[in-house]
Amino acid sequence: MNAAHATGEVSGHVESMLKEVGEILERVTDPEIPVLTIADLGILRDVRWNGGGIQVIITPTYSGCPAMQTIEQDVRAALNRNGYTDVEVKTQLAPPWTTDWMSAAGREKLLQYGIVPPAGSSAKQSLRVPVRGLTCPRCRSADTEEISRFGSTPCKALYRCNACLEPFDYFKCI
Amino acid sequence: MSSDLFQYVIRLGDNALINGQRLAEWCGHGPFLEEDLAMTNTALDLIGRARMLLTYAGELEGEGRSEDDLAYFRNEREFRNFHIMELPVGDFAFTTARQFLVDAYDYHYYRALRDSADATLAAIAAKTLKECEYHLRHSSEWMVRLGDGTEESHEKITRAVTGLMPFTPELFAADEVDRAMQEQGIGVDLDSIETSWNQEVDRVFSEAMLERPQISFTRGGGRQGLHSEHMGYLLAEMQSLQRAHPGLNW
Repeated sequence: MNAAHATGEVSGHVESMLKEVGEILERVTDPEIPVLTIADLGILRDVRWNGGGIQVIITPTYSGCPAMQTIEQDVRAALNRNGYTDVEVKTQLAPPWTTDWMSAAGREKLLQYGIVPPAGSSAKQSLRVPVRGLTCPRCRSADTEEISRFGSTPCKALYRCNACLEPFDYFKCI
Repeated sequence: MSSDLFQYVIRLGDNALINGQRLAEWCGHGPFLEEDLAMTNTALDLIGRARMLLTYAGELEGEGRSEDDLAYFRNEREFRNFHIMELPVGDFAFTTARQFLVDAYDYHYYRALRDSADATLAAIAAKTLKECEYHLRHSSEWMVRLGDGTEESHEKITRAVTGLMPFTPELFAADEVDRAMQEQGIGVDLDSIETSWNQEVDRVFSEAMLERPQISFTRGGGRQGLHSEHMGYLLAEMQSLQRAHPGLNW
């Protein structure tokens, strides 16, 4: 076997390995909202081969979100279970996370789960202006109002439906 | 390593940490559930910001100190936060007024810091700004609700503002570290932050039917590690667990 052939084989091997790693990470879910994967949320930014092991790049949603530590552990554990022992999880701050990165599938899953997904694009609205006219995830009425801008986790606000009177969570657009 | 940069970063980290620690004291004591959540959510954002900044400060220093080493194993004189951050929580009006004055400062400060020549600071600022924006909106709304509310709420928020204003000139009193960082394009221009802050404060005060009190004295020295009598008690509570069990982990 000549050297060029060997290099090609190694890069081909790395490629298929990264593909498998990607598939494993696709199944890692958010500890607070288990219907969403970290890929759906846009937390998972990249997967790389650093020459000796796997490097996973994640980005925090909110700067103080306590779920980040659990997510890092879950990423490591999922890869360890599948035989990848040399794993480095790196946190990247820039560009800052935005709900615009949430996948369409993720938004649909969130709605099915009873949480209203972020409305519109973060560039077009300000957190300083309250979001109105959200559709109730249960009865679909648009007659809803904000109860509190801060909910059970940093990423959610609390709303109430005036038609069916049920409270619901809204995933803030940031 | 530039020791000016280390100083600059640790001051920002300490301001976020001490403000967050004070706000977290409301956990379980908020006037009602939604506000309890709002204050603790904001505290969480502040602690998260402090973690990013203190981790970075530790890297700049290059002596292997982690965010926890810096938060739990420094003594009072080594903390570089402003006095306004360490004042006791007081009543809800006092906490609200402090948060508003600080949120307005942070919002304009981190907005400017996004253009820092230091890539890490610029990234932290861009991340933080999104959170500062809704903190400011929340505390501004409360200023109006209390100021333009009942006779009692107006009286309480007026008393809070009167007590807090003397601590605000310190926020804009640039020293040699601030000037060196500004010259290098890393730090912000505190004069322009002061102008924006004054406009923000005047706008909200007028909506809240509040008068800006005359300041007859000021307090400062936080940048140099000189603190009020309240700081020792705060640190005792914040640090006692790590001091008793060094290196303790979740």
